[in-house]
Amino acid sequence: MREIYLDNSATSPVDPEVAAYIYDTLLHCYGNPSSLHSKGLQAQLRLDKAREQVANALGCERGCIIFTSGATEANNMALRGAVRARYKRGNRIVTTAYEHASVDHTVDQLAKEYNLQVTKVRPGADGTISPQALAQAVDERTILVSFMAVNNETGATIPVEATAALLRRKNRNLLIHSDGVQAFGKIPLKLGRSEVDLFSLSGHKLHAPKGIGSLYVRKGVHIPALTVGGEQEGGLRPGTESVPLACGLGLAAEQMCREIPAHNQLFLSLWERLRTQLQGKPGIFFNSPENAVPYINNLSVVGYRSEVLLHFLEQRGIYVSSGSACSRGAKSHVLYAMGLPEERVDSSLRISFGKYTVPEDIDALCQGLLEAQATLQRTKP
Amino acid sequence: MKELILMKSGEIALKGLNRGSFEDLLIKNAKYRLRSLGKFRFFKAQSTLYAEPQDENIDLDEAVERLSQVFGIAALCRACVVEKDFDHICSQAKEYLAQDLLCANTFKVEAKRSDKSFPMKSPDICRELGGFLLEQFPHLQVDVHEPDVTVTVEIRDFAAYIHARQLPGAGGIPVGSSGKGALLISGGIDSPVAGYMMAKRGMQLCAVHFVSPPYTSDRAKLKVLQLLKQVSRYAMGIETFIVPFTHVQEEIRDHCPEEFFTIIMRRLMMQVAQAICEQTGALALITGESVGQVASQTVQAIACTDAVCQVPVFRPVIGMDKREIVAVANRIGTFETSILPYEDCCTVFTPRHPRTRPKLAEIQQAEQALDIPGLLQECLANVEKIWVTPGLELETEFA
Repeated sequence: MREIYLDNSATSPVDPEVAAYIYDTLLHCYGNPSSLHSKGLQAQLRLDKAREQVANALGCERGCIIFTSGATEANNMALRGAVRARYKRGNRIVTTAYEHASVDHTVDQLAKEYNLQVTKVRPGADGTISPQALAQAVDERTILVSFMAVNNETGATIPVEATAALLRRKNRNLLIHSDGVQAFGKIPLKLGRSEVDLFSLSGHKLHAPKGIGSLYVRKGVHIPALTVGGEQEGGLRPGTESVPLACGLGLAAEQMCREIPAHNQLFLSLWERLRTQLQGKPGIFFNSPENAVPYINNLSVVGYRSEVLLHFLEQRGIYVSSGSACSRGAKSHVLYAMGLPEERVDSSLRISFGKYTVPEDIDALCQGLLEAQATLQRTKP
Repeated sequence: MKELILMKSGEIALKGLNRGSFEDLLIKNAKYRLRSLGKFRFFKAQSTLYAEPQDENIDLDEAVERLSQVFGIAALCRACVVEKDFDHICSQAKEYLAQDLLCANTFKVEAKRSDKSFPMKSPDICRELGGFLLEQFPHLQVDVHEPDVTVTVEIRDFAAYIHARQLPGAGGIPVGSSGKGALLISGGIDSPVAGYMMAKRGMQLCAVHFVSPPYTSDRAKLKVLQLLKQVSRYAMGIETFIVPFTHVQEEIRDHCPEEFFTIIMRRLMMQVAQAICEQTGALALITGESVGQVASQTVQAIACTDAVCQVPVFRPVIGMDKREIVAVANRIGTFETSILPYEDCCTVFTPRHPRTRPKLAEIQQAEQALDIPGLLQECLANVEKIWVTPGLELETEFA
């Protein structure tokens, strides 16, 4: 049975070229980048190159890139660091009601620890949060704003650079963080000249392996480290660097950014194919808002539980997600925040495309969903 | 929607009969920086240069970023190309600037009408387009003094152009319009800034770097290449000469008084650099010296070093404080590399008590103990050449 992987926003298959580069680095560039001899230099050069590749993908200087174990660590580093750097200057944090747990829970914990007020801006009925709505929540006591660039469940977007400019005009001193996990490598970003202070990203959503991510820290912004040790990563992330994984992230970032226009074409055509085949079919609703990216599609097959649908598709070799894979089993707080009725939340699936997705995958999915409606037992109302 | 990049040439516009050749140089440099991004067509009219992408997938933000480092451009922006028709201008402005306007609270419209046959006058365009945008984006307010967004409409020969984010250019005059200079670079904060400043006045650079293995490491050399790579974003390609210098330094240490070590070493460096000038057609030497900063940078010491030079020595940071030099280094992105703590050739064998007011006659006397022509020849015979460009892969240099 052919494998049809439509869960690329949970994680994505590793690109063979990326894997080969990691393997080569692993075997041949085993030096410690901090060693003074040439084995160390060789490893340092690979690490520098990886840093430059990520920096180029973000449109910034390479000195702004800190390698981390992934976006959860980057988000923690950014938010905890920002609060510790600024808590004496104010007492408010603004974020959205649809953040990933690594932002949402961190903010809650920080609020308790530092006695801060948190405003979580809710999406409108259309599922989007406007830059204006975020800015309205900001006042002179706000020390930090954190917003997701592309929502992981619905694909809803907040334009990163333009929103940061708007927030900055409202308050000159606050720190602006964006969780860019689902945006990086898929939509163009230019952080170098922007007002964004901190930006998190992850490798495994763009065909690099798990265990590697980055935090962008704007030049001139100083936050304290989470852990204490050596001078690696500007002292922000002590410990011997994972050179092979960083190399994997660097190459994947370069590849993805080079192909953004082509991938965008691909995703749009897949999105259209999905819409044409399912639009108007009884019981099927699209939950993603109008401004959503084409590669994340949230839809409901009303009358059937997400998990049952997921396993039904799985029997046909089709892999999708019920809501966000990071909070398995939990009901989607994002869809609730949008104010969708219970029956649509309970029956929602997330279909997410990657660069290896082909039109036939969409056809198989649509056929699978229609078959599910025809054969599965409906849940009792 | 068709987009291109508009570049306003600054000082060049004032050049009389040579203006054409300055503009040609500017275009050549702009092409050099954009080459790896894709194909562009360049044309010029009314002291404005146009770079038109020939492929819709070209990253125009990156192109603007690169062009903002090209000397000879006073201001630049990406702009939307529109037919010279007012209704068209309105609808395109709404679409093209939607994101900027959605994220702004206040705006104003500026109009420049260089095509006087266009039926509306500039103030009319401002008022009418401003009114239209206010209707389309009701949250906006007009602020003519400090707007969040300035919507600019330029009615020109070929078309109308709409843009909202003009950036300052790098200023200066095009690299190559003032001949070539040889930059002596050690790896500190000052020399990259000196190179940048002379490039800004149109000098093409080549670079001379002295290495002293095993006292200095590959990392020190790499640091210099990284610095030059950064400078080359402004100065275009830099032919770099790496000169092995250990033997010269050991000879000076063994045969000359310790207190003159640095001065004699610098005189030899100048002579090597001059020989490289002759090879490459460079007309001047460039250093990052600033008066009084260290013992070899007193006026007396500089007089002694200059005594061996037949070409002019340019020291653009001579009157700058460290703080001012650091500010430029930060702006051009060399500071963080410059402060990496690697031993360089200037710090090897440093005398404990260097003479701050050396006399030329004493130095010349002390140098008698050296076979200077022989040492120079040895240095030049072992020079390594590296062509440093903004796209240089440093990894391959050390593979």
